[in-house]
Amino acid sequence: MKKVFSLLLSLTMVMALLAGCGGDTTTDTADDSTTDTADTTETTELSGTVNTNGSTSMEDVMGTLIEAFKEVQPGVTVNYTGSGSGAGITGAQEGTCDIGLASRDLKEDETGVSQITVAKDGIAIIVNPENPVSDLSIEQIAALATGATANWSEVGGNDAEVVFMGREAGSGTRDGFESITGTEEACVYQNEYTSTGEVVAGVASNPNAIGYASLSAVEGDDTVKILTVGGVAPSEETVLDGTYEIQRNFNFIINDSTALSDAAQAFVDWATSTEASDLIAGAGAVPVAE
Amino acid sequence: MNAVFFICGFIAIVFVLFISIYLIISGLPAIREIGLVDFLFGTEWASTAAEPKFGILPFILTSIYGTCGAILLGVPVGFMTAVFLAKVAPPKLAAVVRPAVDLLAGIPSVVYGLIGMMVLVPAVRKAFDLPDGASLFCAIIVLAIMILPSIISVSETALKAVPPEYEEASLALGATHIETVFRVSVPAASSGIAAAVVLGIGRAIGEAMAIIMVAGNVANMPSLFSSVRFLTTAVASEMAYASGLQRQALYSIALVLFIFIMIINIALNTLLKRKKG
Repeated sequence: MKKVFSLLLSLTMVMALLAGCGGDTTTDTADDSTTDTADTTETTELSGTVNTNGSTSMEDVMGTLIEAFKEVQPGVTVNYTGSGSGAGITGAQEGTCDIGLASRDLKEDETGVSQITVAKDGIAIIVNPENPVSDLSIEQIAALATGATANWSEVGGNDAEVVFMGREAGSGTRDGFESITGTEEACVYQNEYTSTGEVVAGVASNPNAIGYASLSAVEGDDTVKILTVGGVAPSEETVLDGTYEIQRNFNFIINDSTALSDAAQAFVDWATSTEASDLIAGAGAVPVAE
Repeated sequence: MNAVFFICGFIAIVFVLFISIYLIISGLPAIREIGLVDFLFGTEWASTAAEPKFGILPFILTSIYGTCGAILLGVPVGFMTAVFLAKVAPPKLAAVVRPAVDLLAGIPSVVYGLIGMMVLVPAVRKAFDLPDGASLFCAIIVLAIMILPSIISVSETALKAVPPEYEEASLALGATHIETVFRVSVPAASSGIAAAVVLGIGRAIGEAMAIIMVAGNVANMPSLFSSVRFLTTAVASEMAYASGLQRQALYSIALVLFIFIMIINIALNTLLKRKKG
């Protein structure tokens, strides 16, 4: 009897949990989509599945785009797998996904594919809110990252050792940060995290930490302080007009030899059109469509 | 009915064979290209550099140190808890402690990692006045806690399986209860306790998720308070973005890890057989 009761109890709890989750997502989707896409449904109905795979930095943008695209083309399912820019490019080359996602530009040796820029993203330099430093130049950031500047007092901060946190080798954000600051292979990390969220949590929990993260991931996050770089605060305007220097492209990677399916083509066209601009901005990145 | 048993047994063997062969096939090319000595004893890992270096000695040493540390901390605590639960604790107290231990076993490793990252790492940083807390030390503590449940439950089962006649004889000869536990029950259960320790080693060396969040993951040569990378976390942290020789080298690391675990299993088997013989 006791067993049956406890089983029932745990079942109801699980049900309650699930019901809670379900409720949340449905209201979210309804809110997101009705405003932006009401006028675009006259295009021909397509069906099919579009698999996208790649950059974890693009997760927020892709999530928003996919959610809204359900309203534009209800018959098309777009899947997103976050595996990293390198994997996204390889996926597009090998045809294991329809659209590869890369938060960096293609390298010269990555052939057989081409890139379509959907958005730009600033890389924010973050420190702990307790840190009095609020502005650094690119040179100062590079010196902090390489360990040339080992104490915060050298850049106007407290007398404390600099703890530099970042992403693992191969990450698009790391590649972006290191190539823009000119610190490739020279960075001295105290911590190499495998996701943006972990970097933010790491910096938030250490008063002497400095790290980098996608601007879209840390905007409005008050657990960390976003530094201005050379006096310019990262924002949509400063990223788009190029005054904020630490920025990169969010790209769709398309295989040159295999044509996209109609559904995938529709998604690419829609995502790079002005219709998607507000959504991209809403996800914290900077749309490039004009 | 026999056919069903046969097929089920066969499935396990097929998977073991498949994984072994797959790892060997995909792990060997990189070792051949890098060179076995450079790979195993190289002290520098820079997989995405212009001139990449693939030395995994830091990972091997970190995994060994980390596992030894976890065993040093975890085994005495786990063993004593098992003795307590099996022989000393009043039944009512044991009925509270045992489910708690079982619950500890059921906590997903990512939760250990998360709590380690949010609580343990800052605490270690403050306690030892370090620039950052993420270190081998944190990983050892997390691993020690994670291996506790398996050590406790396996040792407890072994202790409980000791025939009561042994203990009764010891008590009848005038030994106290505690003397009986440590001189009679524990030696009689020693093979089971050894198995528990090896199980703990196996779990500690194979754990990735929890320690990836507390160890810092920088490919340094290990020292107690520096940021380190284990064999498991080396594979896990770079696999997502890896390509070419880097990816193959990660398979090779997995192969090395696999060989380590094989050695542990063989050691366990010979240990148990020798005890019985």
